[in-house]
Amino acid sequence: MVEGTVQTVDLAAEYEASGVREVLEELDRELIGLAPVKQRIRETAALLLVDKARREMGLSQETPTLHMSFTGNPGTGKTTVARMMAGLLHRLGYVRKGHLVSVTRDDLVGQYIGHTAPKTKEVLKRAMGGVLFIDEAYYLYKPDNERDYGQEAIEILLQVMENNRDDLVVIMAGYADRMDRFFAANPGFRSRIAHHIDFPDYSDDELLRISQSMLEGQSYVFDPEAEAAMAEYIAMRRMQPHFANARSIRNALDRVRLRQANRLFSESKGPLDAMALSTITAADVRASRVFQGGLDVDRMREAAE
Amino acid sequence: MRITQGCFSFLPDLNDEQINKQVEYILGKEWAVSLEYTDDPHPRNTYWEMWGHPMFDLRDAKGVMMELDECRKAHPESYIRIQAFDNTRGFETVMMSFIVNRPEVEPTFHMQRTDVDGRSQRYAWDARR
Repeated sequence: MVEGTVQTVDLAAEYEASGVREVLEELDRELIGLAPVKQRIRETAALLLVDKARREMGLSQETPTLHMSFTGNPGTGKTTVARMMAGLLHRLGYVRKGHLVSVTRDDLVGQYIGHTAPKTKEVLKRAMGGVLFIDEAYYLYKPDNERDYGQEAIEILLQVMENNRDDLVVIMAGYADRMDRFFAANPGFRSRIAHHIDFPDYSDDELLRISQSMLEGQSYVFDPEAEAAMAEYIAMRRMQPHFANARSIRNALDRVRLRQANRLFSESKGPLDAMALSTITAADVRASRVFQGGLDVDRMREAAE
Repeated sequence: MRITQGCFSFLPDLNDEQINKQVEYILGKEWAVSLEYTDDPHPRNTYWEMWGHPMFDLRDAKGVMMELDECRKAHPESYIRIQAFDNTRGFETVMMSFIVNRPEVEPTFHMQRTDVDGRSQRYAWDARR
C-alpha cells in the first residue's frame, strides 16, 4: 500500500458528501415513469462512486470510460436525463464544470472542404469540462455518400473521446434501430461507449401524469371531465403519426391553453376569478383535431394511399 | 534579450499548470480568451497575428490549452500571448495579456540613430536576430 493513501472508505458518507443523493432524488421527483432508466442511472452512480473510492485508495488509476448512448423514441426524456447526468458526473468529480452542450449534425459538420474540423473543434472546446450531447448522432454518418464531411467529424470525435477522457463525456442519442446501425458501421464508437441506456416509451397513464405535472408547473388544473378527455386524447394521439411522447403532450397542452384563453375571452361577461382563469375544461381538450382523426394533411395523405 | 511584456512579465515564465489557472481566472470573469503570436516583439507592434477566433463561450480552460498546444506546434519559435477581452459596455477592451511562449533564442533590439536638422538626432529601435 502506498504511503499517504486512504486506508478505509465509508461509502455511505461518500454518497452523502458527494451530493449524488440530491441528483438521484431530483431524478425520481422530476421524471415520471422511466423506471429502467432510473435503475441504470442508479447503478452507474454506484459504480462511479465505488470507482472513485478505489482510485482514492490507489487501487486503480485509469479514468473509466464514461461515454454513453441514449436510445429511445423522441420525447422520452433523453435530453433531460443527459442534463441530470452532467450534474451527477460533476458531483462525482468526473467532469470539472458539469455543463451540457447539446448539438446536432449541423453544429459539427461543415459545408465545404476544411470547414468541418474547425467547426467540430469549436464545439469540443466549448464542451470541455462538461458533457457533449449529440442528438440524432447517426446523421453524422451517411453511408451513401463516401465524400460526406460527417466522416471527418467522426474521426475528430473518436480521437477526443479517447485522448480527453478526463476532460469531457460524450453522450450520443437517437432512435434505437438507427443508433444500432450507426454503431455497426462505426465500430470505433461502439468500443468507446461503455453505457447504453434504452429509454422506453411512456404508457398512457404516465403521459397523463406528465400532462398534469406540466399543467401544475404553469398553474393550471384539469377539471374531472377534462382529465378524462385528456386520457382519451393520449390514447388516440398515440395511434396517429408523428407521436413524440412527452413532447406531443407539451404541444397539445400549449394548444389547449390557447383554446381555453379563447373560450374565456369570447364567453365570459363578468369578472373572472383565479379558478376560472386556471381551469381547463373538457371542451378545451375535445376541440383538438386529434378527435376528428388527426391533422388534415395526414388524413389527405392516408386517403391518397 | 528577454522580452518583458504584459502581466507577470517580471516573473519566471509560467508553466502550463499556472497558465491553466490564469485562464480559469479569465473564464471566471466571463472574459473572452484569444491567442496571438508574432515574431516581432517590438513594443510598438500592437497587432499580433490571431490564432483562430477569440473564444467567447468556453467554460473550461482545457479548450484554451488545446489551442495553445496547437499554436505552439505550428509556431514554436514565435512569441505567443494569451489575451482576455472584456466585452461589457464601457470596458470593451483587453483586460489581461501575458506571454506563454517565447523562442529559444530571443532577438535583440538594435538602435538606429539618424541625424536630422543639423545636430538633432532621431532614434529608432528594431528587433534583430
